[in-house]
Amino acid sequence: MEEILIFFYTYKEAIFIIALSIFLGIEVISNVPAVLHTPLMSGANAISGVIIIGGIILVGHADASTINTELILGIFAVIFGTLNVVGGFVVTDRMLEMFKKKKK
Amino acid sequence: MDKMLGTFNGVEFTVGGTLLELSYLVAALLFVFGLKLLSHPESARRGNFYAGAGMVLAMLTTILLHKNANGGGIQPANIWIILAAIGVGSAIGWIIARKVKMTAMPQLVSFYNATGGAASALVALLEFPNADMNNWGSVLVTLLGLVIGSIAFSGSMIAYGKLDGKVNDIRAGYLSYVNLILLAGTLGLTLFILLSGQTPAELNWAIYLLLVVSLLYGVLFVMPIGGADMPVVISLLNSFTGIAAAMAGFIYANQAMILGGILVGAAGSILTLLMCKAMNRSLLNVIVGAFGGGGAAAEGEQGTMKEITMSDASVLLAYSRNVVIIPGYGLAVAQAQHICHELDELLGSKGVNVRYAIHPVAGRMPGHMNVLLAEADVPYDQLVEMADINPDMPNTDVCIVIGANDVVNPAAINDPSSPIAGMPIIKAHESKNIIVMKRGRGKGYAGIENSLFFDDKTRLLFGDAKGTLQKLVTEIKDL
Repeated sequence: MEEILIFFYTYKEAIFIIALSIFLGIEVISNVPAVLHTPLMSGANAISGVIIIGGIILVGHADASTINTELILGIFAVIFGTLNVVGGFVVTDRMLEMFKKKKK
Repeated sequence: MDKMLGTFNGVEFTVGGTLLELSYLVAALLFVFGLKLLSHPESARRGNFYAGAGMVLAMLTTILLHKNANGGGIQPANIWIILAAIGVGSAIGWIIARKVKMTAMPQLVSFYNATGGAASALVALLEFPNADMNNWGSVLVTLLGLVIGSIAFSGSMIAYGKLDGKVNDIRAGYLSYVNLILLAGTLGLTLFILLSGQTPAELNWAIYLLLVVSLLYGVLFVMPIGGADMPVVISLLNSFTGIAAAMAGFIYANQAMILGGILVGAAGSILTLLMCKAMNRSLLNVIVGAFGGGGAAAEGEQGTMKEITMSDASVLLAYSRNVVIIPGYGLAVAQAQHICHELDELLGSKGVNVRYAIHPVAGRMPGHMNVLLAEADVPYDQLVEMADINPDMPNTDVCIVIGANDVVNPAAINDPSSPIAGMPIIKAHESKNIIVMKRGRGKGYAGIENSLFFDDKTRLLFGDAKGTLQKLVTEIKDL
Protein backbone atom coordinates (compact mmCIF):
# COMPACT_ATOMS: atom_id res chain seq x y z
CA MET A 1 0.00 0.00 0.00
CA GLU A 2 2.72 2.44 1.03
CA GLU A 3 4.61 1.61 -2.12
CA ILE A 4 1.65 2.64 -4.26
CA LEU A 5 1.47 5.96 -2.43
CA ILE A 6 5.20 6.44 -2.95
CA PHE A 7 4.77 5.63 -6.64
CA PHE A 8 1.97 8.15 -6.96
CA TYR A 9 3.92 10.86 -5.18
CA THR A 10 7.08 10.29 -7.21
CA TYR A 11 5.21 10.41 -10.50
CA LYS A 12 2.37 12.74 -9.59
CA GLU A 13 3.08 15.20 -12.40
CA ALA A 14 3.27 12.49 -15.06
CA ILE A 15 0.11 10.86 -13.72
CA PHE A 16 -1.73 14.18 -13.93
CA ILE A 17 -0.54 14.61 -17.50
CA ILE A 18 -1.72 11.11 -18.40
CA ALA A 19 -5.13 11.58 -16.83
CA LEU A 20 -5.68 14.90 -18.57
CA SER A 21 -4.25 13.68 -21.91
CA ILE A 22 -6.73 10.81 -21.98
CA PHE A 23 -9.62 13.25 -21.66
CA LEU A 24 -8.04 15.62 -24.14
CA GLY A 25 -7.51 12.78 -26.66
CA ILE A 26 -11.10 11.61 -26.31
CA GLU A 27 -12.47 15.16 -26.61
CA VAL A 28 -10.39 16.03 -29.65
CA ILE A 29 -11.04 12.80 -31.53
CA SER A 30 -14.62 11.89 -30.71
CA ASN A 31 -16.23 14.26 -33.21
CA VAL A 32 -14.00 13.54 -36.18
CA PRO A 33 -16.15 12.73 -39.22
CA ALA A 34 -15.72 9.24 -40.64
CA VAL A 35 -14.42 10.79 -43.86
CA LEU A 36 -11.20 11.68 -42.00
CA HIS A 37 -10.65 8.47 -40.04
CA THR A 38 -7.79 7.19 -42.18
CA PRO A 39 -5.75 10.44 -42.28
CA LEU A 40 -6.45 10.91 -38.58
CA MET A 41 -5.09 7.49 -37.84
CA SER A 42 -1.96 7.90 -39.93
CA GLY A 43 -1.40 11.40 -38.53
CA ALA A 44 -1.80 10.13 -34.97
CA ASN A 45 0.49 7.25 -35.88
CA ALA A 46 3.14 9.77 -36.89
CA ILE A 47 2.77 11.54 -33.53
CA SER A 48 3.48 8.25 -31.73
CA GLY A 49 6.84 8.48 -33.46
CA VAL A 50 7.67 10.94 -30.65
CA ILE A 51 9.56 7.92 -29.27
CA ILE A 52 12.34 9.18 -31.58
CA ILE A 53 13.30 11.55 -28.73
CA GLY A 54 14.17 8.50 -26.63
CA GLY A 55 16.26 7.12 -29.49
CA ILE A 56 18.11 10.43 -29.90
CA ILE A 57 18.88 10.59 -26.16
CA LEU A 58 20.16 6.99 -26.23
CA VAL A 59 22.45 7.42 -29.22
CA GLY A 60 23.45 10.89 -28.06
CA HIS A 61 24.94 9.63 -24.82
CA ALA A 62 26.16 6.27 -26.08
CA ASP A 63 29.87 5.50 -26.38
CA ALA A 64 30.58 6.27 -30.03
CA SER A 65 34.29 5.44 -29.93
CA THR A 66 33.67 1.71 -30.37
CA ILE A 67 30.98 -0.34 -32.03
CA ASN A 68 28.74 -1.65 -29.24
CA THR A 69 25.26 -3.13 -28.87
CA GLU A 70 23.81 -0.04 -27.27
CA LEU A 71 24.99 2.19 -30.10
CA ILE A 72 23.81 -0.16 -32.86
CA LEU A 73 20.37 -0.83 -31.36
CA GLY A 74 20.02 2.87 -30.55
CA ILE A 75 20.73 3.76 -34.17
CA PHE A 76 18.02 1.33 -35.22
CA ALA A 77 15.63 2.96 -32.76
CA VAL A 78 16.34 6.36 -34.38
CA ILE A 79 15.92 4.98 -37.91
CA PHE A 80 12.63 3.24 -37.02
CA GLY A 81 11.37 6.30 -35.19
CA THR A 82 12.17 8.58 -38.14
CA LEU A 83 10.48 6.18 -40.55
CA ASN A 84 7.38 6.39 -38.38
CA VAL A 85 7.49 10.19 -38.13
CA VAL A 86 8.45 11.17 -41.69
CA GLY A 87 6.49 8.43 -43.44
CA GLY A 88 3.43 9.10 -41.31
CA PHE A 89 3.32 12.85 -41.85
CA VAL A 90 4.13 12.66 -45.57
CA VAL A 91 1.49 10.06 -46.35
CA THR A 92 -1.11 11.93 -44.28
CA ASP A 93 -0.36 15.09 -46.22
CA ARG A 94 -0.70 13.17 -49.48
CA MET A 95 -4.12 11.88 -48.48
CA LEU A 96 -5.38 15.24 -47.23
CA GLU A 97 -4.28 16.89 -50.44
CA MET A 98 -6.90 14.76 -52.20
CA PHE A 99 -9.79 15.89 -50.02
CA LYS A 100 -11.12 18.81 -51.98
CA LYS A 101 -14.42 20.59 -51.99
CA LYS A 102 -16.62 20.29 -55.01
CA LYS A 103 -15.38 22.72 -57.62
CA LYS A 104 -18.24 24.87 -58.77
CA MET B 1 28.91 27.63 -21.87
CA ASP B 2 25.46 26.91 -20.56
CA LYS B 3 24.52 29.58 -18.06
CA MET B 4 23.22 28.46 -14.66
CA LEU B 5 19.89 30.03 -13.79
CA GLY B 6 19.32 28.81 -10.25
CA THR B 7 18.14 25.83 -8.26
CA PHE B 8 14.63 24.45 -7.96
CA ASN B 9 13.80 21.81 -5.33
CA GLY B 10 17.51 21.30 -4.86
CA VAL B 11 18.21 20.72 -8.56
CA GLU B 12 20.29 23.19 -10.53
CA PHE B 13 18.94 24.27 -13.86
CA THR B 14 20.47 26.10 -16.80
CA VAL B 15 19.40 28.23 -19.75
CA GLY B 16 19.78 25.28 -22.15
CA GLY B 17 17.83 22.87 -19.97
CA THR B 18 15.03 25.38 -19.57
CA LEU B 19 14.87 26.11 -23.27
CA LEU B 20 14.68 22.35 -23.92
CA GLU B 21 11.70 21.96 -21.58
CA LEU B 22 10.09 25.02 -23.14
CA SER B 23 10.49 23.53 -26.62
CA TYR B 24 8.83 20.31 -25.37
CA LEU B 25 5.90 22.37 -24.15
CA VAL B 26 5.57 24.05 -27.55
CA ALA B 27 5.85 20.65 -29.28
CA ALA B 28 3.16 19.15 -27.04
CA LEU B 29 0.83 22.08 -27.75
CA LEU B 30 1.47 21.69 -31.48
CA PHE B 31 0.52 18.00 -31.22
CA VAL B 32 -2.77 18.81 -29.51
CA PHE B 33 -3.56 21.70 -31.82
CA GLY B 34 -2.61 19.66 -34.89
CA LEU B 35 -4.81 16.77 -33.85
CA LYS B 36 -7.67 19.20 -33.23
CA LEU B 37 -7.31 20.70 -36.72
CA LEU B 38 -7.11 17.20 -38.20
CA SER B 39 -10.74 16.70 -37.26
CA HIS B 40 -12.11 19.06 -39.93
CA PRO B 41 -11.65 18.52 -43.68
CA GLU B 42 -10.92 22.22 -44.22
CA SER B 43 -8.14 22.49 -41.67
CA ALA B 44 -6.81 18.92 -41.61
CA ARG B 45 -3.80 19.57 -43.81
CA ARG B 46 -2.67 22.48 -41.66
CA GLY B 47 -3.15 20.33 -38.56
CA ASN B 48 -0.89 17.64 -39.94
CA PHE B 49 1.71 20.28 -40.71
CA TYR B 50 1.60 21.71 -37.18
CA ALA B 51 2.00 18.28 -35.60
CA GLY B 52 4.94 17.60 -37.91
CA ALA B 53 6.51 20.95 -37.03
CA GLY B 54 6.18 20.11 -33.34
CA MET B 55 8.01 16.86 -33.94
CA VAL B 56 10.87 18.50 -35.85
CA LEU B 57 11.23 21.10 -33.10
CA ALA B 58 11.40 18.47 -30.36
CA MET B 59 13.96 16.45 -32.34
CA LEU B 60 16.22 19.47 -32.99
CA THR B 61 16.20 20.82 -29.45
CA THR B 62 16.86 17.34 -28.04
CA ILE B 63 19.93 16.99 -30.25
CA LEU B 64 21.23 20.46 -29.39
CA LEU B 65 20.31 20.86 -25.75
CA HIS B 66 19.87 17.47 -24.09
CA LYS B 67 22.21 16.71 -21.19
CA ASN B 68 22.74 13.47 -19.33
CA ALA B 69 22.62 13.14 -15.54
CA ASN B 70 26.24 14.38 -15.25
CA GLY B 71 25.47 17.49 -17.27
CA GLY B 72 27.26 16.26 -20.38
CA GLY B 73 25.80 17.36 -23.72
CA ILE B 74 25.65 15.29 -26.89
CA GLN B 75 29.09 15.03 -28.51
CA PRO B 76 29.61 16.15 -32.16
CA ALA B 77 30.48 12.57 -33.19
CA ASN B 78 27.19 11.33 -31.79
CA ILE B 79 25.31 14.20 -33.43
CA TRP B 80 26.62 13.08 -36.82
CA ILE B 81 25.55 9.50 -36.13
CA ILE B 82 22.05 10.69 -35.13
CA LEU B 83 21.74 12.91 -38.20
CA ALA B 84 22.83 10.03 -40.44
CA ALA B 85 20.25 7.71 -38.87
CA ILE B 86 17.55 10.38 -39.25
CA GLY B 87 18.62 10.84 -42.87
CA VAL B 88 18.29 7.14 -43.62
CA GLY B 89 14.90 6.88 -41.89
CA SER B 90 13.56 10.02 -43.60
CA ALA B 91 14.65 8.91 -47.06
CA ILE B 92 13.05 5.48 -46.76
CA GLY B 93 9.90 6.84 -45.09
CA TRP B 94 9.49 9.61 -47.65
CA ILE B 95 9.97 7.38 -50.68
CA ILE B 96 7.54 4.72 -49.48
CA ALA B 97 4.97 7.36 -48.50
CA ARG B 98 5.11 9.01 -51.94
CA LYS B 99 4.94 5.79 -53.90
CA VAL B 100 2.28 3.79 -52.08
CA LYS B 101 -1.07 3.18 -53.77
CA MET B 102 -4.13 4.38 -51.90
CA THR B 103 -5.56 0.85 -51.84
CA ALA B 104 -2.41 -0.20 -49.95
CA MET B 105 -2.89 2.45 -47.26
CA PRO B 106 -3.87 -0.03 -44.50
CA GLN B 107 -0.65 -1.99 -45.09
CA LEU B 108 1.42 1.18 -45.00
CA VAL B 109 -0.12 2.46 -41.77
CA SER B 110 0.49 -0.98 -40.23
CA PHE B 111 4.09 -0.91 -41.37
CA TYR B 112 4.78 2.55 -39.94
CA ASN B 113 3.02 1.50 -36.78
CA ALA B 114 5.35 -1.48 -36.57
CA THR B 115 8.41 0.77 -36.83
CA GLY B 116 7.10 2.97 -34.01
CA GLY B 117 6.50 -0.09 -31.83
CA ALA B 118 9.99 -1.41 -32.62
CA ALA B 119 11.57 1.92 -31.65
CA SER B 120 9.70 1.90 -28.31
CA ALA B 121 10.72 -1.69 -27.58
CA LEU B 122 14.38 -0.92 -28.39
CA VAL B 123 14.43 2.19 -26.20
CA ALA B 124 12.94 0.26 -23.28
CA LEU B 125 15.36 -2.63 -23.81
CA LEU B 126 18.37 -0.28 -23.79
CA GLU B 127 17.15 1.72 -20.80
CA PHE B 128 16.53 -1.37 -18.65
CA PRO B 129 20.19 -1.68 -17.48
CA ASN B 130 19.94 1.88 -16.11
CA ALA B 131 16.73 1.19 -14.20
CA ASP B 132 16.75 1.71 -10.45
CA MET B 133 15.56 -1.69 -9.21
CA ASN B 134 14.49 -0.20 -5.87
CA ASN B 135 12.04 2.07 -7.66
CA TRP B 136 9.52 -0.47 -8.94
CA GLY B 137 7.52 2.22 -10.72
CA SER B 138 10.37 3.05 -13.07
CA VAL B 139 11.03 -0.65 -13.68
CA LEU B 140 7.35 -1.25 -14.40
CA VAL B 141 7.07 1.49 -17.04
CA THR B 142 10.25 0.20 -18.72
CA LEU B 143 8.85 -3.34 -18.85
CA LEU B 144 5.46 -2.11 -20.09
CA GLY B 145 7.19 -0.10 -22.82
CA LEU B 146 9.07 -3.21 -23.86
CA VAL B 147 6.05 -5.54 -23.81
CA ILE B 148 3.54 -3.19 -25.47
CA GLY B 149 6.09 -1.95 -28.03
CA SER B 150 7.04 -5.52 -28.98
CA ILE B 151 3.41 -6.61 -29.35
CA ALA B 152 2.69 -3.52 -31.45
CA PHE B 153 5.72 -4.28 -33.63
CA SER B 154 5.19 -7.97 -34.33
CA GLY B 155 1.39 -7.65 -34.43
CA SER B 156 1.58 -4.79 -36.95
CA MET B 157 4.05 -6.71 -39.11
CA ILE B 158 1.62 -9.65 -39.25
CA ALA B 159 -1.26 -7.27 -39.99
CA TYR B 160 0.87 -5.76 -42.75
CA GLY B 161 1.60 -9.22 -44.18
CA LYS B 162 -2.05 -10.24 -44.08
CA LEU B 163 -3.30 -7.04 -45.70
CA ASP B 164 -0.67 -7.42 -48.38
CA GLY B 165 -1.69 -11.02 -48.98
CA LYS B 166 1.67 -12.39 -47.85
CA VAL B 167 0.44 -14.07 -44.67
CA ASN B 168 -2.63 -16.29 -44.47
CA ASP B 169 -5.06 -16.61 -41.59
CA ILE B 170 -4.40 -19.43 -39.18
CA ARG B 171 -7.53 -20.36 -37.33
CA ALA B 172 -6.60 -23.40 -35.29
CA GLY B 173 -8.67 -23.79 -32.13
CA TYR B 174 -5.60 -24.44 -29.99
CA LEU B 175 -4.27 -20.98 -30.84
CA SER B 176 -6.40 -19.31 -28.19
CA TYR B 177 -4.86 -21.60 -25.54
CA VAL B 178 -1.35 -20.86 -26.80
CA ASN B 179 -2.17 -17.17 -26.64
CA LEU B 180 -3.42 -17.46 -23.07
CA ILE B 181 -0.19 -19.24 -22.08
CA LEU B 182 1.92 -16.54 -23.77
CA LEU B 183 -0.07 -13.80 -22.08
CA ALA B 184 0.36 -15.52 -18.70
CA GLY B 185 4.07 -15.91 -19.45
CA THR B 186 4.38 -12.19 -20.20
CA LEU B 187 2.65 -11.24 -16.96
CA GLY B 188 4.60 -13.82 -14.94
CA LEU B 189 7.97 -12.65 -16.27
CA THR B 190 7.06 -9.00 -15.67
CA LEU B 191 6.16 -9.77 -12.06
CA PHE B 192 9.27 -11.89 -11.60
CA ILE B 193 11.56 -9.09 -12.81
CA LEU B 194 9.76 -6.59 -10.59
CA LEU B 195 9.91 -8.71 -7.44
CA SER B 196 13.14 -10.70 -7.84
CA GLY B 197 15.31 -8.10 -6.11
CA GLN B 198 18.17 -8.84 -8.51
CA THR B 199 20.26 -6.31 -10.44
CA PRO B 200 19.50 -5.54 -14.11
CA ALA B 201 22.67 -7.38 -15.14
CA GLU B 202 21.52 -10.54 -13.37
CA LEU B 203 18.12 -10.21 -15.02
CA ASN B 204 19.53 -9.89 -18.52
CA TRP B 205 18.21 -13.32 -19.56
CA ALA B 206 14.74 -12.51 -18.22
CA ILE B 207 14.42 -9.25 -20.16
CA TYR B 208 15.39 -10.91 -23.44
CA LEU B 209 13.02 -13.79 -22.74
CA LEU B 210 10.28 -11.22 -22.07
CA LEU B 211 11.09 -9.60 -25.41
CA VAL B 212 10.79 -12.93 -27.25
CA VAL B 213 7.55 -13.95 -25.52
CA SER B 214 5.98 -10.53 -26.23
CA LEU B 215 7.01 -10.65 -29.89
CA LEU B 216 5.55 -14.14 -30.21
CA TYR B 217 2.33 -13.07 -28.54
CA GLY B 218 1.98 -10.18 -31.00
CA VAL B 219 2.33 -12.60 -33.92
CA LEU B 220 -0.16 -15.14 -32.63
CA PHE B 221 -2.66 -12.58 -31.43
CA VAL B 222 -3.13 -11.11 -34.91
CA MET B 223 -2.78 -14.42 -36.77
CA PRO B 224 -6.36 -15.72 -36.42
CA ILE B 225 -8.08 -12.35 -37.06
CA GLY B 226 -9.87 -12.21 -40.40
CA GLY B 227 -9.74 -9.59 -43.13
CA ALA B 228 -13.02 -7.85 -42.31
CA ASP B 229 -11.91 -7.32 -38.71
CA MET B 230 -8.75 -5.52 -39.81
CA PRO B 231 -10.14 -2.01 -39.11
CA VAL B 232 -10.43 -2.99 -35.44
CA VAL B 233 -6.98 -4.55 -35.24
CA ILE B 234 -5.20 -1.66 -36.96
CA SER B 235 -6.83 0.86 -34.61
CA LEU B 236 -5.95 -1.25 -31.59
CA LEU B 237 -2.29 -1.67 -32.58
CA ASN B 238 -2.13 2.06 -33.28
CA SER B 239 -3.20 2.80 -29.74
CA PHE B 240 -0.64 0.27 -28.42
CA THR B 241 2.21 2.15 -30.12
CA GLY B 242 1.03 5.38 -28.55
CA ILE B 243 0.92 3.84 -25.08
CA ALA B 244 4.38 2.30 -25.56
CA ALA B 245 5.78 5.72 -26.51
CA ALA B 246 4.14 7.24 -23.42
CA MET B 247 5.78 4.57 -21.22
CA ALA B 248 9.15 5.53 -22.66
CA GLY B 249 8.24 9.14 -21.87
CA PHE B 250 7.90 8.07 -18.24
CA ILE B 251 11.46 6.71 -18.29
CA TYR B 252 12.83 10.10 -19.36
CA ALA B 253 10.22 12.09 -17.44
CA ASN B 254 9.56 13.71 -20.80
CA GLN B 255 6.15 15.38 -20.86
CA ALA B 256 6.04 15.79 -24.66
CA MET B 257 6.50 12.04 -25.09
CA ILE B 258 3.92 11.22 -22.44
CA LEU B 259 1.35 13.62 -23.85
CA GLY B 260 1.95 12.66 -27.49
CA GLY B 261 1.83 8.96 -26.70
CA ILE B 262 -1.30 9.12 -24.59
CA LEU B 263 -3.10 11.29 -27.18
CA VAL B 264 -2.44 8.62 -29.80
CA GLY B 265 -3.41 5.89 -27.35
CA ALA B 266 -6.73 7.59 -26.65
CA ALA B 267 -7.39 8.26 -30.34
CA GLY B 268 -6.64 4.66 -31.27
CA SER B 269 -8.85 3.33 -28.48
CA ILE B 270 -11.78 5.47 -29.59
CA LEU B 271 -11.47 4.34 -33.20
CA THR B 272 -11.22 0.73 -32.01
CA LEU B 273 -14.49 1.06 -30.11
CA LEU B 274 -16.16 2.87 -33.04
CA MET B 275 -15.17 0.06 -35.40
CA CYS B 276 -16.42 -2.60 -32.97
CA LYS B 277 -19.71 -0.75 -32.68
CA ALA B 278 -20.02 -0.54 -36.47
CA MET B 279 -19.82 -4.32 -36.58
CA ASN B 280 -21.89 -4.82 -33.43
CA ARG B 281 -19.17 -6.93 -31.86
CA SER B 282 -17.22 -6.66 -28.66
CA LEU B 283 -13.47 -6.20 -28.76
CA LEU B 284 -13.02 -9.51 -26.95
CA ASN B 285 -15.13 -11.22 -29.60
CA VAL B 286 -12.91 -9.83 -32.36
CA ILE B 287 -9.70 -10.93 -30.65
CA VAL B 288 -10.81 -14.31 -29.38
CA GLY B 289 -13.56 -15.53 -31.67
CA ALA B 290 -13.18 -16.34 -35.32
CA PHE B 291 -16.25 -15.17 -37.21
CA GLY B 292 -18.65 -17.20 -39.29
CA GLY B 293 -18.70 -20.92 -39.84
CA GLY B 294 -20.76 -22.09 -36.89
CA GLY B 295 -23.38 -19.33 -37.07
CA ALA B 296 -27.03 -20.31 -37.31
CA ALA B 297 -27.38 -18.70 -40.72
CA ALA B 298 -30.80 -19.03 -42.30
CA GLU B 299 -30.23 -21.50 -45.10
CA GLY B 300 -32.61 -22.72 -47.73
CA GLU B 301 -34.06 -21.35 -50.91
CA GLN B 302 -34.53 -17.59 -50.85
CA GLY B 303 -35.88 -17.24 -54.34
CA THR B 304 -33.93 -16.44 -57.47
CA MET B 305 -31.51 -13.68 -58.32
CA LYS B 306 -32.81 -11.60 -61.23
CA GLU B 307 -30.32 -10.14 -63.67
CA ILE B 308 -30.69 -6.86 -65.56
CA THR B 309 -29.33 -5.95 -68.97
CA MET B 310 -26.90 -3.06 -69.43
CA SER B 311 -29.36 -1.04 -71.49
CA ASP B 312 -32.16 -1.44 -68.94
CA ALA B 313 -29.78 -0.47 -66.15
CA SER B 314 -28.59 2.61 -68.03
CA VAL B 315 -32.13 3.81 -68.75
CA LEU B 316 -33.17 3.23 -65.15
CA LEU B 317 -30.23 5.27 -63.86
CA ALA B 318 -30.35 8.09 -66.40
CA TYR B 319 -33.99 8.85 -65.69
CA SER B 320 -33.78 8.71 -61.90
CA ARG B 321 -33.79 11.71 -59.62
CA ASN B 322 -31.92 10.33 -56.62
CA VAL B 323 -29.18 7.71 -56.86
CA VAL B 324 -27.11 6.37 -53.97
CA ILE B 325 -23.93 4.40 -54.58
CA ILE B 326 -22.90 1.97 -51.84
CA PRO B 327 -19.26 0.99 -52.36
CA GLY B 328 -17.66 -1.99 -50.63
CA TYR B 329 -14.22 -3.47 -50.62
CA GLY B 330 -14.97 -5.18 -53.95
CA LEU B 331 -14.80 -1.72 -55.57
CA ALA B 332 -11.31 -1.17 -54.16
CA VAL B 333 -10.10 -4.64 -55.15
CA ALA B 334 -11.25 -4.04 -58.72
CA GLN B 335 -9.55 -0.56 -58.68
CA ALA B 336 -12.88 0.75 -59.94
CA GLN B 337 -13.07 4.00 -57.95
CA HIS B 338 -12.09 6.19 -60.95
CA ILE B 339 -14.62 4.74 -63.35
CA CYS B 340 -17.19 4.91 -60.56
CA HIS B 341 -16.59 8.64 -60.30
CA GLU B 342 -16.98 8.89 -64.07
CA LEU B 343 -20.41 7.29 -63.68
CA ASP B 344 -21.47 9.71 -60.96
CA GLU B 345 -20.30 12.74 -62.97
CA LEU B 346 -22.09 11.48 -66.07
CA LEU B 347 -25.32 10.99 -64.11
CA GLY B 348 -24.78 14.35 -62.43
CA SER B 349 -24.59 16.04 -65.87
CA LYS B 350 -27.98 14.53 -66.63
CA GLY B 351 -29.45 16.15 -63.53
CA VAL B 352 -29.36 13.10 -61.30
CA ASN B 353 -28.48 13.71 -57.65
CA VAL B 354 -25.76 11.15 -56.92
CA ARG B 355 -24.41 10.48 -53.43
CA TYR B 356 -22.22 7.83 -51.87
CA ALA B 357 -23.25 6.00 -48.71
CA ILE B 358 -20.19 4.96 -46.74
CA HIS B 359 -20.40 2.30 -44.08
CA PRO B 360 -17.90 2.87 -41.21
CA VAL B 361 -16.12 -0.43 -41.88
CA ALA B 362 -16.12 -0.25 -45.69
CA GLY B 363 -12.54 -1.04 -46.72
CA ARG B 364 -9.72 -2.43 -44.64
CA MET B 365 -9.15 0.38 -42.15
CA PRO B 366 -11.34 3.09 -40.63
CA GLY B 367 -12.31 5.61 -43.30
CA HIS B 368 -10.44 3.74 -46.04
CA MET B 369 -13.27 3.99 -48.59
CA ASN B 370 -13.36 7.79 -48.22
CA VAL B 371 -9.68 7.98 -49.10
CA LEU B 372 -10.13 5.77 -52.16
CA LEU B 373 -12.99 7.90 -53.45
CA ALA B 374 -11.15 11.13 -52.65
CA GLU B 375 -8.27 9.80 -54.72
CA ALA B 376 -10.68 9.47 -57.63
CA ASP B 377 -11.62 13.15 -57.11
CA VAL B 378 -15.05 12.51 -55.63
CA PRO B 379 -15.72 15.67 -53.54
CA TYR B 380 -16.03 14.78 -49.87
CA ASP B 381 -19.40 16.48 -49.45
CA GLN B 382 -20.82 13.82 -51.77
CA LEU B 383 -19.72 11.12 -49.30
CA VAL B 384 -22.48 10.61 -46.75
CA GLU B 385 -22.22 8.65 -43.52
CA MET B 386 -24.55 5.75 -42.83
CA ALA B 387 -26.60 7.47 -40.13
CA ASP B 388 -27.22 10.50 -42.36
CA ILE B 389 -28.22 8.64 -45.51
CA ASN B 390 -30.49 5.98 -44.00
CA PRO B 391 -33.50 8.30 -43.43
CA ASP B 392 -33.27 9.24 -47.14
CA MET B 393 -33.28 5.69 -48.45
CA PRO B 394 -37.09 5.43 -49.05
CA ASN B 395 -36.82 8.51 -51.35
CA THR B 396 -33.97 7.01 -53.30
CA ASP B 397 -34.87 5.89 -56.81
CA VAL B 398 -31.92 3.61 -57.40
CA CYS B 399 -29.34 2.22 -55.03
CA ILE B 400 -26.18 0.83 -56.66
CA VAL B 401 -24.38 -1.69 -54.47
CA ILE B 402 -20.82 -2.20 -55.73
CA GLY B 403 -18.82 -5.02 -54.17
CA ALA B 404 -20.53 -4.69 -50.79
CA ASN B 405 -22.49 -7.45 -49.10
CA ASP B 406 -22.78 -7.77 -45.32
CA VAL B 407 -23.12 -4.01 -44.77
CA VAL B 408 -26.41 -4.02 -46.75
CA ASN B 409 -27.76 -7.35 -45.48
CA PRO B 410 -31.27 -6.78 -44.05
CA ALA B 411 -30.81 -9.93 -41.92
CA ALA B 412 -28.95 -7.67 -39.49
CA ILE B 413 -32.32 -6.02 -38.76
CA ASN B 414 -34.87 -8.76 -39.52
CA ASP B 415 -33.28 -11.97 -38.34
CA PRO B 416 -32.31 -12.10 -34.65
CA SER B 417 -30.64 -15.49 -35.18
CA SER B 418 -28.28 -14.16 -37.85
CA PRO B 419 -24.58 -13.93 -36.90
CA ILE B 420 -24.65 -10.28 -37.91
CA ALA B 421 -27.90 -9.47 -36.06
CA GLY B 422 -27.79 -5.96 -34.65
CA MET B 423 -24.96 -4.76 -36.88
CA PRO B 424 -25.82 -1.29 -38.22
CA ILE B 425 -26.39 -1.48 -41.99
CA ILE B 426 -27.09 0.87 -44.86
CA LYS B 427 -30.79 0.32 -45.58
CA ALA B 428 -30.50 -0.30 -49.31
CA HIS B 429 -33.59 -2.52 -49.16
CA GLU B 430 -35.77 0.53 -48.43
CA SER B 431 -34.96 2.23 -51.72
CA LYS B 432 -37.24 1.92 -54.75
CA ASN B 433 -34.81 -0.02 -56.96
CA ILE B 434 -31.57 -1.77 -56.22
CA ILE B 435 -28.81 -2.66 -58.67
CA VAL B 436 -26.21 -5.00 -57.26
CA MET B 437 -22.82 -5.40 -58.96
CA LYS B 438 -21.28 -8.65 -57.90
CA ARG B 439 -18.46 -10.84 -59.14
CA GLY B 440 -20.33 -14.10 -58.60
CA ARG B 441 -23.14 -15.66 -56.67
CA GLY B 442 -21.01 -16.24 -53.56
CA LYS B 443 -21.68 -15.17 -50.00
CA GLY B 444 -20.03 -12.31 -48.14
CA TYR B 445 -17.26 -12.42 -45.56
CA ALA B 446 -19.60 -13.57 -42.81
CA GLY B 447 -20.74 -16.48 -45.00
CA ILE B 448 -24.40 -15.54 -44.78
CA GLU B 449 -26.98 -15.44 -47.56
CA ASN B 450 -28.10 -11.91 -48.30
CA SER B 451 -31.86 -11.64 -48.81
CA LEU B 452 -31.35 -8.24 -50.48
CA PHE B 453 -30.00 -10.03 -53.56
CA PHE B 454 -33.25 -11.99 -53.85
CA ASP B 455 -35.53 -9.00 -53.25
CA ASP B 456 -38.18 -8.26 -55.89
CA LYS B 457 -36.78 -4.73 -56.30
CA THR B 458 -33.24 -6.00 -56.83
CA ARG B 459 -31.56 -6.62 -60.18
CA LEU B 460 -28.05 -7.96 -60.55
CA LEU B 461 -25.15 -7.18 -62.85
CA PHE B 462 -22.56 -9.94 -62.64
CA GLY B 463 -18.92 -9.38 -63.42
CA ASP B 464 -15.83 -7.51 -62.32
CA ALA B 465 -16.84 -4.09 -60.92
CA LYS B 466 -14.48 -2.17 -63.20
CA GLY B 467 -15.64 -3.87 -66.40
CA THR B 468 -19.29 -3.60 -65.45
CA LEU B 469 -19.04 0.10 -64.63
CA GLN B 470 -17.14 0.73 -67.86
CA LYS B 471 -19.89 -0.87 -69.93
CA LEU B 472 -22.56 1.00 -67.98
CA VAL B 473 -20.84 4.35 -68.59
CA THR B 474 -20.57 3.65 -72.34
CA GLU B 475 -24.22 2.60 -72.45
CA ILE B 476 -25.42 5.77 -70.69
CA LYS B 477 -23.29 7.97 -72.98
CA ASP B 478 -24.99 6.36 -76.00
CA LEU B 479 -28.50 7.04 -74.72
